[in-house]
Amino acid sequence: MPAEVRIRVDGVEVSVPAGCSVAAALCHAGRSATRQALDGAPRAACCGMGICFECRVRIDGVERLGCLTRIADGMEIGCDA
Amino acid sequence: MNLDAIIVGGGIVGCAIAERLARAGLAICLLERDVLGGVATAASMGHLVVLDDDAAELSLSAYSCARWHELAPQLPTTADYRRTGTLWIARDAAEMGEAARKRERLASAGVDSELVSPAQLALLEPALAPGLAGGLRVVADAVVYPPVAAAWLAQRAVAAGAQVRCGVEVRAIGDGDVLLADGSRLRARHVIVANGCAVPELLAGVPVRKRKGHLLITTRAQPAVNHQLVELGYMQSAHGGDGESVAFNVQPRPTGQLLLGSTRQFDDHNCGITPRLLTRLVARAQEFLPALARMTALRAWTGFRPTTPDHRPLIGAWPARPGVWLACGHEGLGVTTALGTADLLAAQLLDQPLPFDARPYAPARFAADAELAHAG
Repeated sequence: MPAEVRIRVDGVEVSVPAGCSVAAALCHAGRSATRQALDGAPRAACCGMGICFECRVRIDGVERLGCLTRIADGMEIGCDA
Repeated sequence: MNLDAIIVGGGIVGCAIAERLARAGLAICLLERDVLGGVATAASMGHLVVLDDDAAELSLSAYSCARWHELAPQLPTTADYRRTGTLWIARDAAEMGEAARKRERLASAGVDSELVSPAQLALLEPALAPGLAGGLRVVADAVVYPPVAAAWLAQRAVAAGAQVRCGVEVRAIGDGDVLLADGSRLRARHVIVANGCAVPELLAGVPVRKRKGHLLITTRAQPAVNHQLVELGYMQSAHGGDGESVAFNVQPRPTGQLLLGSTRQFDDHNCGITPRLLTRLVARAQEFLPALARMTALRAWTGFRPTTPDHRPLIGAWPARPGVWLACGHEGLGVTTALGTADLLAAQLLDQPLPFDARPYAPARFAADAELAHAG
């Protein structure tokens, strides 16, 4: 079993593999979307390398790119960026 | 088919002229070498603003803004037309004095504005830094998304019978015709050159220089901004010398994003970001909107303003070449002035009453230079 960390996604606590990116952690947590377009359409990581900005999330209150941020134990992630 | 006029260039100016002339019943063909509104039009902010740096700029921009406001109910929602108004911001008493003079000048063109005290400024725009001296609020100014507006004008032209051909490059302008990249020629009584910074490629001696600018857009976030915010020192940056300059100019997008400008540089034809200028742009914006420090930049890009030596556009006949008309050199005001340009050019070409004095924009003011260029 790989090591896991505990994070909160929109207030819900989940376990995800340690060492992965926030974007990957959200997939592990069963979240298909990282954010919503203005019309409510779900958006998710497209390029995975910091170009498309579609995976932006709020991490501990600060807007960050999910694909370029490594997951850490206790992170509060908001999919409302 | 016999064409009355060929328009070279499908930016917002060319599209506006196509629409205007097609509605007047002329047989028109607009030729765009890439996509409609894809170059300076796409790179621009789309601020529909009355500028009053000189009387000519004031009459052209005030007339044009009025035309935009008339058209607004017909624009598609994707054109993002919004009456944000412009809030010109004064940092000190001297700039407040300039705001008062600006109010008088705008009033002379029938444009209403109101002086704003520091307390009112803080109420109108809570995100602005404390300690500013006030400003001038021009309620009627608006914003629009330029590439959509350009494409919409082209659509109206087509609906009125115009041909619009994209991916067609004009290689040369002949006598009563144009030479296309595929070697064929297209004839028309009039050729209207509206291809912005590319004009000198087709007509030697037309004094249009590229003036590079940067824009940056943030993600959707606080702080909320309600008006297009421009520092009163902007005009000094826009019309000042040939050196680099930066001025605070921020537009709230309907999405909640902020569009940040502005920079100016001559003699840099590289379309890549110049980090030095982008850094100055952001630093300048943060002086006025401190909360920007916590925002995320989504994209930054550059564009080139087609600039003339006296910062006024070239609208009218080009004396060096009979049958050739110019509608270019609008610098940073081409979106605002596209509709006035189209009306002024159409009135001259159709020999109809002019909507306002055409002389300040007459390309003939540079014709002597062009003769020298040909002779040289």
